[in-house]
Amino acid sequence: MQRAAATTPALTEDSAIVAALRRGDEAVFTTLVNAYSTSLLRLAQDFVRTRAVAEEVVQETWLAVLNGIDRFEGRSTFKTWLYRILVNKAKTRGVREARTIPFSALAPDGDDEPAVPEDRFRGPDDQWPGHWASPPVPLDTIPEQRLLAREARGRIAEALETLPDSQRVVVMLRDIAGWESEEVCEALGLTEGNQRVLLHRGRAKLRAAFERYLEED
Amino acid sequence: MAMPEKTDLTCNELVELVTDYLEGALPTHDRLDFEHHLVWCSWCRDYLDHMRRTIELTGGPDESEPPSPLREQLLDAFKDWKRTRET
Ligand SMILES: [Zn+2]
Repeated sequence: MQRAAATTPALTEDSAIVAALRRGDEAVFTTLVNAYSTSLLRLAQDFVRTRAVAEEVVQETWLAVLNGIDRFEGRSTFKTWLYRILVNKAKTRGVREARTIPFSALAPDGDDEPAVPEDRFRGPDDQWPGHWASPPVPLDTIPEQRLLAREARGRIAEALETLPDSQRVVVMLRDIAGWESEEVCEALGLTEGNQRVLLHRGRAKLRAAFERYLEED
Repeated sequence: MAMPEKTDLTCNELVELVTDYLEGALPTHDRLDFEHHLVWCSWCRDYLDHMRRTIELTGGPDESEPPSPLREQLLDAFKDWKRTRET
């Protein structure tokens, strides 16, 4: 992956990605597969029953990308388009398998935890009740290399794994796939309000994992 | 840090509004309260920074390579696709 990345355009340049795929550039395809397939696979597994079927869905997705690349018009980003294909294919397979996630059920696991534990705030008898007792560490006191470390992303990825399914799918579609909230609501059959609650709870737990990482030595 | 007015939003309340704020979903009055709180509360500004950085990191490059058989199958599929495309 490192080798390919050194000789291929940055993955953020959509026009370069699309042009490379159209001319059959294997190094770019390899870079894309390495960069996205783990997340695609993770997301597919939330829609279908088995890992094997999820892998098939990922394969079908990349084939559809290749077969559709001449028609890609850049109205959305490449990444958004890629995840859109995956979700459509995964949903189709999930329906066939009668596997559905209760996206509309807001708290199937009774998850109504606050974004930040109550004991981080001052109590009712304090002069400033409800204000921070142990505030978050300012990021400008943390060396940039620590903030950018691969480990920081790794901790967040671990926390993502532990989220309830519905929160993880919403967070992945919004913050990894880069979808707009309207598209997420439509794909998952959620109201705007419910989508925001799931996003809020999911992101709060990821932030807590990030903070724990910052507070380690 | 300036002293808050008793009627202001508390930090505890603010952290529950962060997603609605970032989504542009707060009614104007609530948004103004939120922004007013941020003016005097550096702790909540730090919290918002955390959240923004977390969101960025979540969407950042995934360092984990896909499982090996899947990866090879995809590269084979690419070669097949390229071959049919060139003929
Ligand atoms: Zn505050």
